[in-house]
Amino acid sequence: MIEFQDLHKGFDGKQVLQGLSLKIRDAETVVIIGYSGTGKSVALKHIVGLLHPDAGDVIVDGQAVSTLDRDGLTGLRRGIGYVFQFAALFDSLTVAENLELGLKRRGLGEEEIEERVREALALVDLSGTGERMPAELSGGMRKRVGIARAIALRPRYILYDEPTTGLDPVTSAVIDRLMVRTREHLGVTGVVVTHDMRSAYTVGDRIAMLYEGRIRQVGSVEEIQRTEDPVVRQFIEGRAE
Amino acid sequence: MIQTIGRRSVAAIESVGRVGHFVMDMVRALPDIGTWFGLTIVQMRRIGVDSLPVALFIAAFTGVVLALQASYTFTGAVPLYFVGTLVGKTMMLELGPVLAGLALAGRVGASMAAELGTMKVTEQVDALETLAYDPQSYLVVPRVLAGTLMFPVIVAFAMATGIITGWLTSLVLLDLSTPDFLKGLKLFYVFKDVWFGLLKSATFGFTITLVGCIVGLATRGGAEGVGRATTRAVVYSAILILVLDAFLAVVLL
Repeated sequence: MIEFQDLHKGFDGKQVLQGLSLKIRDAETVVIIGYSGTGKSVALKHIVGLLHPDAGDVIVDGQAVSTLDRDGLTGLRRGIGYVFQFAALFDSLTVAENLELGLKRRGLGEEEIEERVREALALVDLSGTGERMPAELSGGMRKRVGIARAIALRPRYILYDEPTTGLDPVTSAVIDRLMVRTREHLGVTGVVVTHDMRSAYTVGDRIAMLYEGRIRQVGSVEEIQRTEDPVVRQFIEGRAE
Repeated sequence: MIQTIGRRSVAAIESVGRVGHFVMDMVRALPDIGTWFGLTIVQMRRIGVDSLPVALFIAAFTGVVLALQASYTFTGAVPLYFVGTLVGKTMMLELGPVLAGLALAGRVGASMAAELGTMKVTEQVDALETLAYDPQSYLVVPRVLAGTLMFPVIVAFAMATGIITGWLTSLVLLDLSTPDFLKGLKLFYVFKDVWFGLLKSATFGFTITLVGCIVGLATRGGAEGVGRATTRAVVYSAILILVLDAFLAVVLL
């Protein structure tokens, strides 16, 4: 289970998170929605210790992330797959090498690494692209490789940072289907950060809206769709006023 | 006025603290040999291949100029075979390491800052961490070790090249015979000339690569941030090379 406990974080005097509290139960997918710049990605980075909170903490499987030392963080990260907004593939490595990197760190044998890479690429419909360089791929393909890199680790948790941003509607739908398929196949707990409502309704078991640094409302997809909170309504309907 | 001085002093002390912290993190990453060993070999190859032509080019012309200027200065007053002495001593003790260091600050330091800066702003460094790698052992240790080990090799070639072109110039343009040039070259030679030059170049290699890594990994913003980091890496490295050069001369000569 992942739990945000009264998380506060600011940058250069500007408070981004101001008491974020949220529980993510095992085997569910929670989508965090909110306006650009409200700290959705910042919240996600606290889960893997890429950022250190000013106050509060994130508890993952009973461990307070901010109190972990280097070895503790390494152990925590072994159980988490992270899909970055722009995929963050290593430019100098081929697609297959990108996937192999995390697996080698886990001390797996060559045969198992090869098997997992083949399996993960097949799951994202990119079989046969292992020898290509990231620069040769389209935006959608890069995102799928990013997802494959996370899946190949067989993590307990997968964190998706804006997985459909900047993609055309069809490619976005492909990515959404992939996230659902990943949950069904692997049974992982997912946290998805997005402002794409169609994607949120497709992949989320629950949706939480982050507004002014804390959770404004959290509920099932149906509850959010029926909400009477004016701020949440405006956001999910995409109205200017 | 006092406030500005105070703020700048605090910022300078903070910077020193950050560098110290960075170096401590790098030392802590050293036991992770499995990660950095293979990557260090790759970096050594890259630094060597990238840097050797530039260093040799500079050294070749420096040797020519040194021989001609020595002859011009010595005219009449000092025996001409001292050209060999001046070319040898200057290439080994000063111009070999310093000129190669300055050229490589532009070549190696800038390219490291740009590469790591790009990795930083495109979240590749974060991705590395989420894959349970320590960026220090994956990115920093291989580069700094490779720089420290390869710079003396490059400078040794540069010293030899400078001396050879100085000898050829003496032979062709100064009417100085090979035995006379060698006589001058050996006259005040001590082994310390070589190890001092090589030690200096190892220090420069360490400094240039460390600065490239620190500045690269501190990059913020997009392409503009990467550009700023690259410039900063070259300027800081060049200043530090000159300061270290004077410091080592005071301490070791």
